[in-house]
Amino acid sequence: MEFTREDVRKIAVLARLDLTDAQMDHYAGQLGRILAHVDKLGELNTEGVEPTSHSLRLVNVLREDEPRPSLPNEAALANAPEQELGCFKVPPIIQEM
Amino acid sequence: MGWETVIGFEIHAELATASKIWCGCSTEFGRAPNTQTCPVCLGMPGSLPVLNRKALELATRAALALGCRINRPTQFERKNYYYPDLPKNYQISQLRKNLGEGGFLDVKVGDSTLHVRINNVHLEEDAGKNIHPDAPGADYSLVDLNRAGTPLLEIVTEPDLRSKEEALAFMESLKSILEYSGVSDCNMHQGRLRFEANISVRRQGDDKLGTKVEVKNLNSMKTVLKCIEVETDRQIIELESGGRVVQETRLWDEAAGVTRAMRSKEVANDYRYFPDPDLVAVEIDDALLERIRAEIPELPDARRKRFVEKFGLSDYDAGVLTADKDLADYFESALAVYGANPKGVANWMAEPLRWLGEDPDRDIGEYPIKAAAIAELVKLIDGGTISGRIAKDVYRAMLDGEGAPAEIVKKKGLVQISDTSAIEPIVDKVLAANADAVEKILAGKEKAIGALVGQIMRETKGKANPQLVNEMILRKIRQ
Ligand SMILES: [Zn+2]
Repeated sequence: MEFTREDVRKIAVLARLDLTDAQMDHYAGQLGRILAHVDKLGELNTEGVEPTSHSLRLVNVLREDEPRPSLPNEAALANAPEQELGCFKVPPIIQEM
Repeated sequence: MGWETVIGFEIHAELATASKIWCGCSTEFGRAPNTQTCPVCLGMPGSLPVLNRKALELATRAALALGCRINRPTQFERKNYYYPDLPKNYQISQLRKNLGEGGFLDVKVGDSTLHVRINNVHLEEDAGKNIHPDAPGADYSLVDLNRAGTPLLEIVTEPDLRSKEEALAFMESLKSILEYSGVSDCNMHQGRLRFEANISVRRQGDDKLGTKVEVKNLNSMKTVLKCIEVETDRQIIELESGGRVVQETRLWDEAAGVTRAMRSKEVANDYRYFPDPDLVAVEIDDALLERIRAEIPELPDARRKRFVEKFGLSDYDAGVLTADKDLADYFESALAVYGANPKGVANWMAEPLRWLGEDPDRDIGEYPIKAAAIAELVKLIDGGTISGRIAKDVYRAMLDGEGAPAEIVKKKGLVQISDTSAIEPIVDKVLAANADAVEKILAGKEKAIGALVGQIMRETKGKANPQLVNEMILRKIRQ
């Protein structure tokens, strides 16, 4: 599986990673080898096999609609680098998604 | 050739559950920021989501009420993007196996029925809320994650609407269905029901759709209508001046009354949907499906028919009353107080209806007169305590907050005079002064009596019982 620097650059942007050109070349090689390995699965004959999202034979894992205690505000914000007025403080959001 | 607007909607409704979709945090509105969170809805590593049964059932109920076929199994996928109000950096949503697909909503527009196709109905989670400090020069935002993980129903329509009128009828009808089925309280002020519009234009008669623009940040139905108008004009001007419409997402700028393009991102949206490995598939079996179907409460159409059959209302009046669930509830709670004259009560719905019509975002709960007071008013008329004319004055006083109907009648001395001896001198006086009208009546022109009754009503400041006055006049001139 061919993996180019441009492929890595695109993924890095989506993952918010700031990589140097050398790192991109390095990862391109590694990711290419990983994908080549995963590609081996394609050799299997899967005709008539339903696609599956995971290996558990479980359906309908549900919980009842019962409110439970939440974390106190201080605990919720404990990992926040910055906070204000009980909120997470983040760089300005210029536009709504 | 004129232009035609083509509109489709994406609607988000927060489901009426007590807890969030994947965790037990409360969904209550308006609490202190970040006091309704836990490791699951904060997106902490190692936490696992578990689907809220009620969210699944309410969403299924909505899908059924909108005529969808239910996908079995249905499954959840991750929609990946970065945004501060999305702690996991992905939203759990649906894509390939939406809960419901291929539905429709028949909407009354004037005298005709518009068939609006529903592409799909799916279940997802709401994001948190971003707060932009007002402070001048504030170069940061604040994030409150109380709302993150609130169960959200998304309804996607086909582009089947062609005008503001159709769009409004559709929005009201959809809101009505969601309220009736108990799926969401649809409180638009609290953002629990939100509309996004896909708008395009094309030459009248064209089969091909124009390039669509998606508009977000529409906080009320009134705003949606304004936006359709403004965006349609913008696209037409663009095309007529030789330009083209770009497929993009635009934001409604409420202050300026225009739509604005969002800054294009470095990389076009690439959500990389994939099945969420933390959640197993959901298989709604026949028994559950039938139970959910049976739980769908009376919908607007059925209620309209009941109003016609049980209360003797015209189909039109019943349709108007039942279009808004809260108004229909208001009407029925008035009947619970005084049920002897449904038509009489229905006549007094014209005022609240007019008031609601002035602003599509108004709620009958905010109307200054309570349903029970309307019932009392009608009861006073039917019991002969006040005339219909006086009732209008009483109603006005009720609107001004002067008290309950009986209280106003007493305070202002508006009780109808049904005592003949009290009215007799006035009747005699008016008859003596209108000999020509008396002649006409005797000659068979009974219509002339109306003017006489009117004069007597004026003399008694509306308090005489008009029926009684009528009888007295006839008796006297035929003596
Ligand atoms: Zn939580």
